[in-house]
Amino acid sequence: MEALTLHRLQFGFTITYHYLFPQITMGLALLIFLLKSMALRGVPFANEAVRFWLKIFGVTFVMGVVTGIPMEFQFGTNWARFSEAAGGVIGQTLAMEGVFAFFLESSFLYLLLFGERRIGQLGHWIASLLLFVGTWLSGYFIVCTNAWMQHPVGYLVLADGSIQLESLAALLTNPWAFAAWTHTMTGAVITGSFVMAGIGAYYVLRGEHLEVARRWTSVAVVTGFIASMAAAVPTGDIQAKLVHDKQPVTFAAMEGHFHTEDSAPLILLGQPDMDRLELDNPLVLPGVLSLLTHYRWDSTVTGLSDYERDLWPDNVPLLYYSYHIMAGLGTLFILIMGLGAIFLWRKRLFRQRWLMWTLMLALPFPFIANTAGWMTAELGRQPWIIYGLMPTAEGSSINVSAGNSLFTLLGFMGLYALLSVLYFFVTTRIIAHGPEPGPDADSQETAPTTVVA
Amino acid sequence: METLWFVLLAGMLATYVVLDGLDLGAGILHLFVARDDAERKQVIRSIGPVWDGNEVWLLAAGGTMFFAFPSLLATSFSGFYLPLMIVLWLLVFRALAIEFRHQLSDPIWTQFWDVAFGVASILLAVFFGAALGNVIRGVPLDASGVFFEPLWTNFGVGEATGILDWYTVLIGVMALATLAHHGALWLFARTDATVRQRAARAAGYLWIAVAVLAVLGTVATFSVQANVTRSLTARPWGLVLPLIAAAGLVVSFVSRRRGHGKTAFRASAVFLYGMLGSAAIGLYPYVLPARNEAFGMTVTDAASSPYGLRVALVWWIPGMVIACGYFVFLYRTLPATVSVSDVADH
Repeated sequence: MEALTLHRLQFGFTITYHYLFPQITMGLALLIFLLKSMALRGVPFANEAVRFWLKIFGVTFVMGVVTGIPMEFQFGTNWARFSEAAGGVIGQTLAMEGVFAFFLESSFLYLLLFGERRIGQLGHWIASLLLFVGTWLSGYFIVCTNAWMQHPVGYLVLADGSIQLESLAALLTNPWAFAAWTHTMTGAVITGSFVMAGIGAYYVLRGEHLEVARRWTSVAVVTGFIASMAAAVPTGDIQAKLVHDKQPVTFAAMEGHFHTEDSAPLILLGQPDMDRLELDNPLVLPGVLSLLTHYRWDSTVTGLSDYERDLWPDNVPLLYYSYHIMAGLGTLFILIMGLGAIFLWRKRLFRQRWLMWTLMLALPFPFIANTAGWMTAELGRQPWIIYGLMPTAEGSSINVSAGNSLFTLLGFMGLYALLSVLYFFVTTRIIAHGPEPGPDADSQETAPTTVVA
Repeated sequence: METLWFVLLAGMLATYVVLDGLDLGAGILHLFVARDDAERKQVIRSIGPVWDGNEVWLLAAGGTMFFAFPSLLATSFSGFYLPLMIVLWLLVFRALAIEFRHQLSDPIWTQFWDVAFGVASILLAVFFGAALGNVIRGVPLDASGVFFEPLWTNFGVGEATGILDWYTVLIGVMALATLAHHGALWLFARTDATVRQRAARAAGYLWIAVAVLAVLGTVATFSVQANVTRSLTARPWGLVLPLIAAAGLVVSFVSRRRGHGKTAFRASAVFLYGMLGSAAIGLYPYVLPARNEAFGMTVTDAASSPYGLRVALVWWIPGMVIACGYFVFLYRTLPATVSVSDVADH
């Protein structure tokens, strides 16, 4: 394999694996903060839920930290030419992540995990708020970095080809960053909600830890429903329009829209055939792509074949599948969480065993959807490492050979396989052990146990 | 402006060494000063609340290097590809050891993580020292502006150097001894009972090793890198830094003998700042000297645009003030000592 392919595989593999964990912690950080706020107002079993979820949060956070450190370094190790050219711009947001988010998170995580008795209930609530702010800030800086690669703003290209920062304000207020951040954060909340609801449903089905599991599952279902809706409209819609405006080739490729058409259909299913530039087994909604793009049934949508072939993303079928898997799963999440929210509102959620089974088995799918979403963004950006400015092939380190890159790729694969085993081992033990009755549980045991929803 | 960022970056890296050095040092000594489960819990508990924050200094320094000196980051990280990857893997293991050990109280589980913590800490200290040695000695940069160093060649300080040669190994061993000494003083100040006694004894032996290696390392540095003499001749006030380092080393000895753990630890921090400050002055104006001096990368070569450097001060200064505030708060809220009797029941 070529060195470039290996550099791409290594970054793709390590970032995909890494992002399995932050999407949990960013989602859980909000949910834990919500539960802690309820606990502060005296809602029964909320504090027990917080303590249980902090254990999962702590282990997951560690996984995010240890797999995140290699990401920062791989800019320089594997993408030296890109780093040299763009470091003056994206280094700013990456450094801000360290200074404003990581210091905050690392300083208060320990207090949140182990300091409840020492800092009291209000202090613990503040710590949960700071962790929530820290994780979401971290998300903003990193998405902002990526946004500049998707849609560069606030820069100058000098005569010698080097790129300079022209406006920090423009970099930080990149419209792409705000759209991608809100979409990414709703995605993380979906993951957090499904993890929480899935494990809650598991306890409900087993008839264990019922009160506390019902408490957090209710919160997760409501939050998950709101987030699933928001992932489609407005955040997903805004993001798709941005891609259409700023990356029209990408838009045509991810929609599987090969030929320019009036009244273009929205493709639900089908397999792209790259030789004939057609879709096999298409299942489409006529006119809907035109409607969603231009708000008119009969408007024209430019197809992929109208663009130069060397501007096409280099893996159109994978891009197409990634986007459709994300969108398809996103629709399913609205359905599942919508049903959950309706039954919760009718106070019958926890009697629907089929819905409990569905929630439990749905747990892995938000990870697939989030991964597919990021694959859409990153494959869609190809063949550029900085869209329109620097081709991916010109960004890699020329001094790192294919053999060295393969060695470290295999090393990461082996190491991360071990990490997965350890993570599953530790988390399944925490789940098997279950939430513990808290020090304030005595008073609540006398409370009526009919507080279902 | 570039020189200001050179100083700030050197300061961040030195702070990283001082802070993460205390938990690396505790890790180096972990298997030796703590023999049973309660003692090992005691060691890990003494660094538990702070190690992650300490390590963030490395990330923040990396980010700062990225925007202030993008060429330095690109050239050095890709040139030091293999050792950096090994460092990353060791950092992963070490962090897992600290955070996963307490998840289970099974002897196989805890002993595995104890050894992982100790070994990863030892190797990291040596690698960090060797990395510093490589930067001071200079790398095989040529007209192409890039280099790629294998892990070792013939262990000589010639033109085609490897990551490990006699000089960088010497600096690696010096780093190991220095951080072990630093960690021993941390444990001396922050623990009680047997661990504290063993840490004191270890600090005694290590102090001698540090003193000898510091002299050897300094002599070797002058012999492999001519720029050190040149830079110090141009900036004679820079000689204050090695004097500060020497004073720190002496005070750490005296304070430990008098039983003042915290003072001894702080003196060791001063020693580290002094030594690393001396190294930074010895490097200047280079950020990455080359074996062939004509190709060395200077502060000006590596710096990004004047606007970027100026505007970064606007957020960097308040950001770091806030971050330092967290650290003051964090270290103030630590218990004065972690007692072995407190951890036994947990």
